[in-house]
Amino acid sequence: MPAKRYTFPAITLHWLMAVLLIGLFGLGLYMSDLPLSPDKLMFYSWHKWAGVSAFLLVLLRLAWRVGHPPPPLPEAMPRWQQAASHGLHHLLYLLMVAIPLTGWLMSSAKGFQTVYFGIVPLPDLLGKNKELGELLEDIHSALNFGLAGLVVAHVIAALKHHLVDRDDVLSRMLPLRQRYR
Amino acid sequence: MTLLRLTLAALLLASGSACAVEFNQFQADRSTLQFVSKQMGVAVNGRFRKFAATLAFDPARPTAATARLDLDLASVDAGSADADVEVVGKSWFNVKLYPTATFVSSAIRPLGGDKFELAGTLTIKGRTHDVRAPFTFSQAGGNGVFDGTFVLKRLDFALGDGIWSDVSTVANEVQIKFHIVAAPAAGSK
Ligand code: HEM
Ligand code: HEM
Repeated sequence: MPAKRYTFPAITLHWLMAVLLIGLFGLGLYMSDLPLSPDKLMFYSWHKWAGVSAFLLVLLRLAWRVGHPPPPLPEAMPRWQQAASHGLHHLLYLLMVAIPLTGWLMSSAKGFQTVYFGIVPLPDLLGKNKELGELLEDIHSALNFGLAGLVVAHVIAALKHHLVDRDDVLSRMLPLRQRYR
Repeated sequence: MTLLRLTLAALLLASGSACAVEFNQFQADRSTLQFVSKQMGVAVNGRFRKFAATLAFDPARPTAATARLDLDLASVDAGSADADVEVVGKSWFNVKLYPTATFVSSAIRPLGGDKFELAGTLTIKGRTHDVRAPFTFSQAGGNGVFDGTFVLKRLDFALGDGIWSDVSTVANEVQIKFHIVAAPAAGSK
């Protein structure tokens, strides 16, 4: 019989990344509007370090997921909703991979190498190119707003399951004691 | 006529003639002046688009050589559009008051082989400090090529005062890399 809950690592990674990504989103918006100052340079570095961390975490998460498939959705859920749920989750993963990648490429194209925590230099896969840098900045930004929109839908869906359908879809992702129904 | 002179010059060079060749015709479009600053520990490249060198260097008599460099600070490319605007402003170069930086050599010393050391004074933003820069001299296509690097401390020249004086975000050390190309003096063969 398949498990009813997400595994502990899956739950930990989900919530750790949720907090990290929301923080990164806010920091990204805030820092890019600041006038140039030492603080701005510092925030950019923090954003890049945290963004690279998010990238490493999502790789870890995907690797874990391959061996630990999510629990099946409630039988009562209509087919289209199950398909929408799977589709949305795949899109979320796709964006969690694509956003840091565009951030990294953008930084290279703008001529500012990414050095993880100021220690580990990531290779510049692109040479300095102003137009390409600006294009990647727009893509990074657009993907981020895409992610934000999907996360809002994701949260509404989770709350709907919990409050309207009263199923275990939210609780099986919560880091609480096992709850059997 | 020109052909004859070129042939002669080539013969003289090939025979290792001790005839003095003084390189003193600065080639602006082949020369570069770059710098590397460290921002949050990450190297960021910049350069000056406009500068002029006045020099006289005879490899046979290096100690008699002289060099002077005038650079147009407003021609800076500091790595990004934001930085270009910031760095010409008051807390950095303050180009309104100090449009140019100047280097004047005081001594050139051979270090053996194609290596030399250049000493002189650098004036930026009204502050003058001594600098020393090792460089190599080579010849390419009949021109003299001077390649050297040195490190200056930006705060010595009050570059980046106020909020920028915190060297943990932008390091005090800035590496300068020069690549100067000069043709031989007309008729110095
Ligand atoms: C999942 C991780 C990431 C998220 C959620 C994220 C989010 C954001 C957001 C919301 C912005 C503001 C966009 C705008 O102003 O419209 C931004 C900007 C930026 N991000 Fe990210 N980012 C992530 C990863 C990265 C990574 C890994 C790097 C680089 C290594 C990076 C580099 C940048 C840079 C340089 C900007 C500023 C662009 C500019 O205005 O000059 N980001 N990011
Ligand atoms: C940046 C924010 C978030 C991202 C990127 C995100 C991403 C994801 C992904 C990819 C999954 C699928 C897990 C898998 O099947 O492997 C998932 C599941 C889930 N998320 Fe989020 N999430 C975020 C925030 C939230 C928030 C704030 C809530 C709270 C309401 C939430 C509730 C859930 C629930 C209940 C599940 C389990 C769905 C199921 O059992 O099928 N998520 N999340």
